Amino acid sequence: MKIVKINEDNCIYCHLCEVACVVEHSQSKDIIKAFKREEKPTARCGVEFNYPLSLSVMCRHCDDAPCMEACQNGAMHRDDRGYVVVNEDKCVGCWMCVMACPYGVIKRDTRRDVWGLSTKCDSCPDRDVPACVEACPNNALMFEEI
Amino acid sequence: MKWMKNLKTYTPPAFTVIRDDYRCIRCKACVEQCSFDATFYDEEENRVWNWDANCVSCNRCAAICPTEAITIEKRDYSYRRNYSWESHIDSLKKRAIFGGTPVVSMGNDKPYKIYWDHILLNASQVTNPSIDPLREPMELKTFLGKKPHNIEIGDDALKTILSPQLEIDIPIMFAAMSYGALSYNVVEALGRAAREMGTFYNSGEGGLNKDHYKFKGNIIVQVASGRFGVHKPYLDVGSAIEIKIGQGAKPGIGGHLPGEKVTETISETRMMPQGSDAISPAPHHDVYSIEDLRQLIYALKEATEYTKPVIVKIAAVHNVAAIASGVARAGADILCIDGFKGGTGASPQVIRDNVGLPIEFALAVVDERLRNEGIRQDVSIVASGGIRNSMDAVKAIALGADAVYIGTAALLAIGCTMCQQCHTGKCAWGITTQDPHLSKRVNPDIASERLINLLKVWALEIKETMGAMGINSIESLRGNRLNLRGIDLTDREMEILGILPAGE
Ligand code: SF4
Ligand code: SF4
Ligand code: SF4
Ligand code: SF4
Repeated sequence: MKIVKINEDNCIYCHLCEVACVVEHSQSKDIIKAFKREEKPTARCGVEFNYPLSLSVMCRHCDDAPCMEACQNGAMHRDDRGYVVVNEDKCVGCWMCVMACPYGVIKRDTRRDVWGLSTKCDSCPDRDVPACVEACPNNALMFEEI
Repeated sequence: MKWMKNLKTYTPPAFTVIRDDYRCIRCKACVEQCSFDATFYDEEENRVWNWDANCVSCNRCAAICPTEAITIEKRDYSYRRNYSWESHIDSLKKRAIFGGTPVVSMGNDKPYKIYWDHILLNASQVTNPSIDPLREPMELKTFLGKKPHNIEIGDDALKTILSPQLEIDIPIMFAAMSYGALSYNVVEALGRAAREMGTFYNSGEGGLNKDHYKFKGNIIVQVASGRFGVHKPYLDVGSAIEIKIGQGAKPGIGGHLPGEKVTETISETRMMPQGSDAISPAPHHDVYSIEDLRQLIYALKEATEYTKPVIVKIAAVHNVAAIASGVARAGADILCIDGFKGGTGASPQVIRDNVGLPIEFALAVVDERLRNEGIRQDVSIVASGGIRNSMDAVKAIALGADAVYIGTAALLAIGCTMCQQCHTGKCAWGITTQDPHLSKRVNPDIASERLINLLKVWALEIKETMGAMGINSIESLRGNRLNLRGIDLTDREMEILGILPAGE
C-alpha cells in the first residue's frame, strides 16, 4: 500500500497541498469555484510551521488506527484499499477520533450539511496520485510504498 | 502607520504587482513566498496586496500562484522622456538620498552588443558529408592542462612526462560560485550534476563545507585573495586549483559576502567570525607581478606535489592578451578568462556596468596572442562570463577556448529569474541565501536533475552542430575560426575576432 510520505526538509510552506486537497474534495473540482462559489471543504492536510521548519501533515493511515478504536459507531473504518476513512452517514460528530488521533489530522467539517462531522484524508479515492502530492512543488510529499 | 510612503526616501517603484481579483482565491501562497516584504494579507479586508516599492520582480509569487492571478509589470517612467537622462534620474537620486553607491548582483545588464549573436556557424554540403550524432560516435571529451611541445616515444612507450590534466566528458564546467554566496543545497546539486556528467564544479572562494568533500574527483577548489577556507585538505580534495585574480563582473574589485550571509556553518567553512562581512581584498597581497604569481602557482603545485593543474582566472580587461601571455609563462596550466557579462553575488553597480571586455574579444585576442608567441599549448583556455546557450559554447570553442564555464546559466536552470538581489541574501528562489527557511526552496534532487538535463541537452546540441559541420570531435572544432562568419559587424571587429564576414 502506498501512503503520502512527508519530507520536511523540502517543505516550503506554500500551502498548495491544502489548496489542492480542497479542490479535490469540492463539488466542482474547479479551483475558483471551490474557493469562491461553493461551500469550501476543509483541507484534510494541514501545514505546520515553526521557523525554519514546516511540513504538511495528513492521516498516516495507521495499522493500529487509534481513531478506529475510539469510534463508537463504526464510522471510522478501513476501506477496501486499506485506507482509514470516515463514513459520514454513521458519524455522529462526537469527536472521539479527533481526540484519539496522535497526529491531530482529523478535522471537523464546516459545511452546512455535514457540520461538525469528522473529516479526514481519504487518500483521494478518485485519483492515482493524491492531489496534495501532485500539487507539491518541491517533492515534500511523495506517494510511496510503505 | 505601517505602509505609507515618505517623500524623503521616495523613488518610483520599478515594478507593479497586478493581481486579478477574480482569480485570487486568497490562498496566501504568494504572501508566504515573497521574501522581500512586498506582499501582504489583510485579514480584516480579506485582501492580498502589495507594497510595490519593495518588489524586485523575482516572479516567485507569480510562479507559485495556483490560479495564475499575478502579473508583474515593469513600471514605465512617468518622467518626461529624455534619452540621455531618463535611466539615470532614479539612480542619481538614490545616491543622493542614501549616500552610498548601489551594490548589485548578477552580470552586466546594459545593452552592449552581444557578439555571439553576430557570429554564424557553418555546415557542410555535398563536398564533405555532415554527420548524424545519433548514429555515429561523436567525441566531446576534453583534457585541460599543459600539453607538451613534442612527444618522445621509446621502448614502445611514451617517454615524455605529461603534465597533470583535467579530464572532462563535456567541455562545460560549473563556474566558481562560493558556498556562502550560494546555499548549501545548490552546491550539493552542482556537485551531483558535475559527478553525473563527468565534469567539475568550482568551489569558489568560500572554502568547502565538510559534507561536500564527498565530491572529490569533481571539484575545482579556488584560492582567492581572501584565502577563505584554504588549507591542506581543501587543496587536496580539488582535482585542480584555481587562483582567482579577477572576475569579469567586477575586474579590479575584491569579493564581498555581506555579514547577513555569514552564518555559523559559513563562518566555520570560511574560518572567519560569524556575522562579519567576508571581504576579499582587490589584489592578492602577495601578487604584485607575474613573478609573484609564478611563486603562488608553484607554492600551490609544491603543496600538492605537482599532481594537479593550476588554473589562473583573470577578468577580461583591455590588455588581456599581454596578461594572458604572462600568466602562461608564469606556469599556469589552465587560463580562465571571464568576460564582463559574467555574474557576481555582489558588486558595485558602476564597476559591473562599465568595466571590462566582452568575452568574445578577450578570447579571440588571447588565443591569437598565445599562438603567435608559440605558447598556446602551454595553457588550456576556459572561457566564461555570459555563456547563455550551447551555441555560445560552440562559438567560444571555435574562437579558441578549450572549454567553457557556466554560472548564471546553471542558476537559471534551477529557478533563478535574474532579479539581481543575490547580495541581499533574501533570494526568493532559495539559491543565493543562507536563510534555512528560504534555502529549502531548492530541493537538491530536483535541482541536480535539472542541471543534468541542461548539460545533456547542450551536449546533444553541440554534437548536432558539430555533425552539421562534418566534425566528429570537439578537438577539430577548437580554434576552427574558419567555421565562423560575422554578420552586422565592422571590419575592425571581425579583424579582432579573427573571422571572415558572412558571404566571404
Ligand atoms: S491524500 Fe488526498 S485527501 Fe489526503 S491530504 Fe492528500 S489531497 Fe487530501
Ligand atoms: S505543497 Fe508541499 S511544499 Fe507546499 S506546504 Fe504542502 S508539503 Fe509543503
Ligand atoms: S497565490 Fe494567487 S491565489 Fe493565492 S493569494 Fe496569492 S494571488 Fe491569490
Ligand atoms: S515575490 Fe518577488 S515578484 Fe512577487 S511581490 Fe515579492 S518581490 Fe515582487
